[in-house]
Amino acid sequence: MGLIQEIDFGTPASKSEKQVTLTVDGFEVTVPEGTSIMRASMEAGIAIPKLCATDMVDAFGSCRLCLVEIEGRNGTPSSCTTPVMPGMVVHTQTGRLKDIRKGVMELYISDHPLDCLTCAANGDCELQDMAGAVGLRDVRYGYEGDNHVRAKNNGVENFKWMAKDESNPYFTYDPSKCIVCSRCVRACEEVQGTFALTIEGRGFGSRVSPGAHELFLDSECVSCGACVQACPTATLTEKSVIQIGQPEHSVVTTCAYCGVGCSFKAEMRGDELVRMVPWKDGKANRGHSCVKGRFAYGYATHKERILNPMIRENIADPWREVSWEEALEYTAKEFRRIQYQYGRGAVGGITSSRCTNEETFLVQKLIRQGFGNNNVDTCARVCHSPTGYGLGQTYGTSAGTQDFDSVEDTDVALIIGANPASAHPVFASRLKKRLRAGAKLIVIDPRRTEMVKSAHIEAEHHLALKPGTNVAIVTAMAHVIVTEGLFDEKFIRERCDWSEFQDYAEFVSDPQYSPEAAEKLSGVPAETIRGAARLYATGGNAAIYYGLGVTEHSQGSTTVIGIANLAMLTGNIGRRGVGVNPLRGQNNVQGACDMGSFPHELPGYRHISGDAVREIYDSLWGVKLDDEPGLRIPNMLDAAVDGTFKGIYIQGEDILQSDPDTKHVSAGLAAMECVVVQDLFLNETANYAHVFLPGSTFLEKDGTFTNAERRINRVRKVMAPKNGYADWEVTQKLAQAMGLNWNYQHPSEIMDEVAKTTPSFANVSYEFLEKMGSVQWPCNDKAPEGTPIMHIDGFVRGKGKFIRTEYVATDEKTGPRFPLLLTTGRILSQYNVGAQTRRTENVAWHAEDLLEIHPHDAEVRGLRDGDWVRLQSRAGETTLRATITDKVSPGVVYTTFHHPDTQANVITTDFSDWATNCPEYKVTAVQVGASNGPSEWQKEYTEQAQQSRRIAGQLEAAE
Amino acid sequence: MVLQPASTEIAARTAAVISELKSLEGPLIPILHGVQEEFGYVPQETLPIIAEALNLSRAEVHGVFTFYHDFRHHPAGRHVLKVCQAEACQSMGSDAIAAQIKQKLGIGFHETSKDGDVTLEPIYCLGLCACAPAAMLDGEVIGRLDADKIDEIAEEIHS
Repeated sequence: MGLIQEIDFGTPASKSEKQVTLTVDGFEVTVPEGTSIMRASMEAGIAIPKLCATDMVDAFGSCRLCLVEIEGRNGTPSSCTTPVMPGMVVHTQTGRLKDIRKGVMELYISDHPLDCLTCAANGDCELQDMAGAVGLRDVRYGYEGDNHVRAKNNGVENFKWMAKDESNPYFTYDPSKCIVCSRCVRACEEVQGTFALTIEGRGFGSRVSPGAHELFLDSECVSCGACVQACPTATLTEKSVIQIGQPEHSVVTTCAYCGVGCSFKAEMRGDELVRMVPWKDGKANRGHSCVKGRFAYGYATHKERILNPMIRENIADPWREVSWEEALEYTAKEFRRIQYQYGRGAVGGITSSRCTNEETFLVQKLIRQGFGNNNVDTCARVCHSPTGYGLGQTYGTSAGTQDFDSVEDTDVALIIGANPASAHPVFASRLKKRLRAGAKLIVIDPRRTEMVKSAHIEAEHHLALKPGTNVAIVTAMAHVIVTEGLFDEKFIRERCDWSEFQDYAEFVSDPQYSPEAAEKLSGVPAETIRGAARLYATGGNAAIYYGLGVTEHSQGSTTVIGIANLAMLTGNIGRRGVGVNPLRGQNNVQGACDMGSFPHELPGYRHISGDAVREIYDSLWGVKLDDEPGLRIPNMLDAAVDGTFKGIYIQGEDILQSDPDTKHVSAGLAAMECVVVQDLFLNETANYAHVFLPGSTFLEKDGTFTNAERRINRVRKVMAPKNGYADWEVTQKLAQAMGLNWNYQHPSEIMDEVAKTTPSFANVSYEFLEKMGSVQWPCNDKAPEGTPIMHIDGFVRGKGKFIRTEYVATDEKTGPRFPLLLTTGRILSQYNVGAQTRRTENVAWHAEDLLEIHPHDAEVRGLRDGDWVRLQSRAGETTLRATITDKVSPGVVYTTFHHPDTQANVITTDFSDWATNCPEYKVTAVQVGASNGPSEWQKEYTEQAQQSRRIAGQLEAAE
Repeated sequence: MVLQPASTEIAARTAAVISELKSLEGPLIPILHGVQEEFGYVPQETLPIIAEALNLSRAEVHGVFTFYHDFRHHPAGRHVLKVCQAEACQSMGSDAIAAQIKQKLGIGFHETSKDGDVTLEPIYCLGLCACAPAAMLDGEVIGRLDADKIDEIAEEIHS
């Protein structure tokens, strides 16, 4: 193994197609025009000494170490800031250069502590490396002069010295070790786009300052860690490195948080994870990460993780730890008993969007082959199922059309119902970089998110609509495009069904769909809608990025169709820089959908009623698959309440916390006779479980995740599963206990079965992924290397299909009792139900869910910032603390759903998307009032949760 | 609640300065000058307001503000005396001149006298090298400093 050392070329790659040849130290090297001498030299294998240069950020030319001599030019220019020229003859090592470099290093070291042996960066310090590289033997200036190193100089307080800042939970800032190379400042600006760091003062007084001379934790810093990665010394260092020491080997793997799917090097010492470092060759993240991916992995070793299987006959009993054999035996027997007693369809399962493709495939296979029904569903039911339906109907495939690199060619980005700065931070950084380079932005969102306005980012148009009126807005935009003749007739005639277009054009041209009409429904000024539509249609390459603010509505599917229509109308599909891109929430929600997790679809989105498709599996699996779609999650719960559904196998999902109308979910679970939860922790759903099978983390298994750009990324095992088995092995053992003849030795064999049976995965194999790094499906003989951009020459379904998008207001309406609209979302530091992130130091940023309320609404209710408030809807009530902000409009309140003690889903209703049952999380009519503390329900719930988490033989269960 | 009106007043006056100068190209430095003119210094609480208005981060505004020594963190005295400490003046004895001035006024560099009469600051070249050592009192340059001139300066300050 060994540590993967990535070459630092010093400056970013040039994208020019024109090649330039030059000579460096007698070697000819050919590089693209615009490349720096430093990078060209590195390409030739010659490393020029450097400190302030790194290839994640633009050249700066401040350290004066990378100087070179060029024949025919005066002086000693810095190689990082000097571009190559044809025929240039460069010398990187001459007597003059050696003297200069040594002199510069002497100055650096004269103001730097000499504690190398006890320094955390020992073994990974570029300053140390450069001292070696330039042959530093002695420092003529001594160490006694003015300095930033010592707190006291000869007993007198040294005002230049600053104490170490340890406020950030994950890294420290030690100003005494800083060489002011500005790499951190530039990484924060150029890579992350937050601009939280600066150099304060000038000259010898220059220091790195988070915010306005604040602590890191109090500053604008979002803790993405780009600065820590960029720092050449121990000034910014991971606390884990300080604690453990330098890693000795590393493995490339894929992050298990959001749908961006960042590639990381897991840097290890033995089987201890030292740090996660984003991998520069990762095609989704290009060497960047966010606070979750880089730092929030502590949950894997959290004390509350359950490592032994447990069972109990009754959910009122405490848990009993048992052997794997007993737990699986018991589960198999129970499922068989239930099927015998209540019918084959009385059991089902839920696949996990956090587990690997292979694991998901096995769970749905277990249900289809072993349970003999199609009662399988996944959490995409509650997030992007409308995307599957809407894009499937209009384009013929259920996924985003672009890769993330495509954003580099986008001229107009339209974000609808998504806040990538919080939920997909690495993509947000890439988009912000493009926006700073001049691309325009339109945001459709009830809240004024960071994407609407933050440092150097300002949306051209912000359509702050009333929650629930997406369809009206999107249709009004189509109205403007059609009635003002802004559509792309050539594209539509070539690529879409012309008669369907005519029908759609006639439909949207009706004045009832005009922006003026939409204004009355949505509260967005007609002129803003017109401006947005014109910009989207005429601003160049226009790309749509959308999130759950689109799908989680009673008309989620209609909005997706409306979005697809907009892209077709304007010809913004099938090339770089454009497209329709759902930002998938979970790491492998795309993969879970691909792998046939829906009750009506086999892997690759093929309907279960297709005889030819079923035949493939029938012959391979030796069974007769049921040709009727099975139950969706809400139907399973309904059936459980009705007494016809009695057993469920839930892998890695916490439906009690994440699904709407918590009371209905708990009633459904309570009515079942065998609830099997496979998870890392005793999650909320496990309060109602009879069997608990401990799960494994992404660090403990091999497999693949598929991200929002359809990219299949490898997940590699870096440590043995603490619970004994990877999740795919657990499912296999359960299948074996139920009498199925499964015998997979490695996840690669599962992927081979997927490839064999699924046309869009035909060429995918672990060997191929090893070679390619990653690949985007469809990957088959038609697209041997995968498909970065879809629908290039024609839509997957043939002709693009326009479908009418009639606005129908949701039944969830405000009234005198519930005058406000609640909408929900996420925050940067927490992830989904928080099961993982709540068990990391990320709680430093978000320790509880807060209710955002506009000052006007707060004032009429007599609420002050930080007050406990009661939040009531027709479905239920809860309490939480309020924060007063004008990010939300009057009449709208907002909260997150990361903490179980808030239980925001007690409030949400059971209204759902007409096509897919995706719940309407984003619109709930509520009332807000003052409160003294937790509601009765919260107290009862906490009591019940504590009771149900007891484990026999152990003291009070944690949490 | 005495503080409340003061901070809203600072916000309002800062906003007025910003709206007047925001349309300039590269408006940050003119706005910092404008704020200093308005308050006699740049109050810390104006920085986030400026950042918000220009769509910059707090860090960026802080970086620019601290880079230029002429932007004040605290109100200055009624008079401001800047004594040149650059190379030409040093070679003509500005070190000793500065020491005399400090003693005369009873304050060091970057300090304001207790009675609020004067703030003393070093400056690095007034372009008056031919008349070194030089100083500047309230924007008026004074060349060929010596003990007499220092007395005159002190007199003017305390008058």
